[in-house]
Amino acid sequence: MTELALILIATVLVNNFVLVKFLGLCPFMGVSRKLETAAGMALATTFVLTLSSVCSYLVNAWLLAPLGLEYLRTIAFILVIAALVQFTEMVVQKTSPLLYQVLGIYLPLITTNCAVLGVALLNIQEAHGLLESMVYGFGAALGFSLVMVMFAGIRERVAVADVPVPFQGAAIALITAGLMALGFMGFAGLVKG
Amino acid sequence: MLTAILAVSGLAAGFGLLLGFAAVRFRTEGDPVVDKIDALLPQTQCAQCGFPGCRPYAQAILNEGADINRCPPGGEATIRALADLLDREPKPLDPERGEEKPPAVAVIDERVCIGCTLCIQACPVDAILGAAKQMHTVIASECTGCELCIEPCPVDCIEMIPEPTTLTTWRWPKPDTSPGTTTTSPAWPKA
Amino acid sequence: MSSERRLWRFHGGLHLPGHKALSNTEPLDIAPLPARLVHPVAQHIGSPSEPIVEVGEKVLRGQPLTRANGYVCSPVHAASSGTVVSIGPHPVPHPSGLDAECVIIRTDGHDSPYEGFPPLSNYQTLNAPALRARVRECGIVGLGGAAFPTAVKLNAGVGMRLLILNGAECEPYISCDDSLMRHRAVEIIAGAQVMLHALEIRHCCIAIEEDKPEALDSLEAALKRADDPRIEVTRVPAIYPEGGERQLIEVLTGKQVPAAGIPADIGMLCHNVGTAAAVARAVLYGEPLISRVITVTGHGGAHPRNLEVRLGTPMADVVASCGGYTSEARHLIMGGAMMGFSLSTDAVPVIKASNCLLVGSPEDIKPRQQSMPCIRCGECAQVCPAQLLPQQLYWHARAEEFDKLEPFNLFDCIECGCCDLVCPSQIPLTQYFRFAKSEIWARERERRQSDVARERFENRKSRIELAEAERKKRLEAKTRALKKSGSSAASKAVIDEVMARVKAKEAAAAPPSRHEDAD
Repeated sequence: MTELALILIATVLVNNFVLVKFLGLCPFMGVSRKLETAAGMALATTFVLTLSSVCSYLVNAWLLAPLGLEYLRTIAFILVIAALVQFTEMVVQKTSPLLYQVLGIYLPLITTNCAVLGVALLNIQEAHGLLESMVYGFGAALGFSLVMVMFAGIRERVAVADVPVPFQGAAIALITAGLMALGFMGFAGLVKG
Repeated sequence: MLTAILAVSGLAAGFGLLLGFAAVRFRTEGDPVVDKIDALLPQTQCAQCGFPGCRPYAQAILNEGADINRCPPGGEATIRALADLLDREPKPLDPERGEEKPPAVAVIDERVCIGCTLCIQACPVDAILGAAKQMHTVIASECTGCELCIEPCPVDCIEMIPEPTTLTTWRWPKPDTSPGTTTTSPAWPKA
Repeated sequence: MSSERRLWRFHGGLHLPGHKALSNTEPLDIAPLPARLVHPVAQHIGSPSEPIVEVGEKVLRGQPLTRANGYVCSPVHAASSGTVVSIGPHPVPHPSGLDAECVIIRTDGHDSPYEGFPPLSNYQTLNAPALRARVRECGIVGLGGAAFPTAVKLNAGVGMRLLILNGAECEPYISCDDSLMRHRAVEIIAGAQVMLHALEIRHCCIAIEEDKPEALDSLEAALKRADDPRIEVTRVPAIYPEGGERQLIEVLTGKQVPAAGIPADIGMLCHNVGTAAAVARAVLYGEPLISRVITVTGHGGAHPRNLEVRLGTPMADVVASCGGYTSEARHLIMGGAMMGFSLSTDAVPVIKASNCLLVGSPEDIKPRQQSMPCIRCGECAQVCPAQLLPQQLYWHARAEEFDKLEPFNLFDCIECGCCDLVCPSQIPLTQYFRFAKSEIWARERERRQSDVARERFENRKSRIELAEAERKKRLEAKTRALKKSGSSAASKAVIDEVMARVKAKEAAAAPPSRHEDAD
């Protein structure tokens, strides 16, 4: 039980996938201009991440490992992730067509989100069991969502502040992200390993 | 080798089935996003954007990726609202589409009007009252200022008159805090 | 009986120098009758009233000039007898400086009264609707500055527990209520009694700020003579903006009026002491609202004091009867130092909402310094009496993100100006809020108009489509009928029919053209 709690804290804060591992920066920068959009994206990614984490573990454990096809891991995982993203797209289009419109290209781009593939591969590397894979995936998603929402909130405020002209737009956003990453470095050493 | 191919194909087939089932289950009807976009447009139906009305423009924004800066009657406020709704960058109004003008209503010069009904047919909101060989007049409260009636008139008797500001429609100006300006209100007590 | 009532504190507020001694040391004077009276037809919140007199008509003092056009509306009365010289646009006191429709009267000096409103000295026998009708037809509106029709406010429904008469007068420079309370206390008490009867409640509290001891004494003496246990006089601390009705209610009762609600929602009703006095005069003497007490103050006027002026008196006349302008006069402001607005000309008339005319010198009004960027210090939120976040309102108003202003309760801002005063960067915050409010209202209007336009367009489209479809159907039916008969005889019959119709039309058209040739 403590093991699972530690995995959760580790993935959300200490080894945050966006600000410490620097994975999944594409939607982080691209969808964080408005708070509602960022929250929607975070929800979609959470859905995909948790499910793909479990599915890829199952595919590895029940199909690839018994047949000795470990070298097909990357392709198989991408297949899993792509199918799940497509499924998520349909669900989002049905439940909130406006969010679907606003997310635009970033929704299918979750397929190529290195954080999602990263979680799947890291699960294998860390030799997690089924429950641990699920918690790891969910924790990664939670950390991603947390940072997305925080960043969107800051970006909304920065958008109306007096930013000097050379810094306006992406520049000040990247500087803000860097400062946030600095902040998250403070969590280092909170959980051993 | 064969197991590898079979394994991957099996996986693909499995997911394909799942997605096929989902596609049928989660089919969407209608287009509520177009309604949301249309609700932000000013409904002048003037076609200055290049589309035959506000709803076709809304559909074009959604489906054909038309730019959000093509509506002169909506002006900057509409561009910002659209940018906010669709999470796109707000742009300045496309000068090729027209320029933002103050609200105006059409007025028919009754001395010149010949009662030809061409303007009545042109008005998209039925704001012109009249019949063949009878005097035509614009119902000012319904006129949206789209200017579609001006061209068809064979005797050029229609003019656009800017709407006067009354006490109820007057707006407070935005405070100007640029360098070199000072404001004096509210009045300050000697502190 | 000055009550030892328990008092609460409202959030924020400021202690401001009153500058009341400039104008409240003299007894209440009555201004002379002016040569012309200008009566705007819209002096109240609600729809403008409709003129019922014509140019050239002779009118009497107190005669109705307009008719209330709607529920939230109030008629306007002639402040003196004379002749109506014009009904049309004239400058009125408004921050925009625009003109509005006014009824202009040239006075004849006789001041002959109109006898249309008999005194209701036995008003206790009348029911509430009858009293409200009298208040309405006498044109009484809130004289504290808001000018909301009093009859509408008195129609508060059941569940009212307390009537509060607002004698706080917290704004610097204004002392008209102080003067009224000192010299017309009897009318105020009488007005309170009428209102209590009209509202059918049994408790009234008159609130006076502690910097007005003479007014307090005067009201207590009047109350003692009236010997009415329902009414009490309470002293409240002198903090700006204690006179705001929500703040006063919180101080007296500890209850807060809900956001976007009105005091009647919690059983409270707040009226200005001047309004109460006007109600007394309307009911007991049959006198409609034709005059009010106005404070003329500021170092730009020669003789600052309180005056009872006839409504419609041009401000120039008011200043003249106070000794005229001094060489120091720079600003002409209607209202007090915090919430007043500049007048572009002194030709504008005194209206029902004019509580003060501040002729400002450089000593009274300092120009603001250049405003600097917001440093997010939070001082503004500390002093806001409505417990809002002026800083957030400022950021969003400045960026014109009006939809984001809704959760911050922009419309609960009473525009008191406290945040402006404490801002270390001298940002004109209240101006931003006013700008945001009027923009939101304008957009709401535009949205309603575009909704109507969309409906008309859709209706037109469907009508045209329907006509088109019907035409097609008729055409199809005709072609089918033709095809069915098939024989050339049937088609010949149709052609004959058409030719006959054309000939008939030509015959009908021929005679008029011959007439034209004759001309």
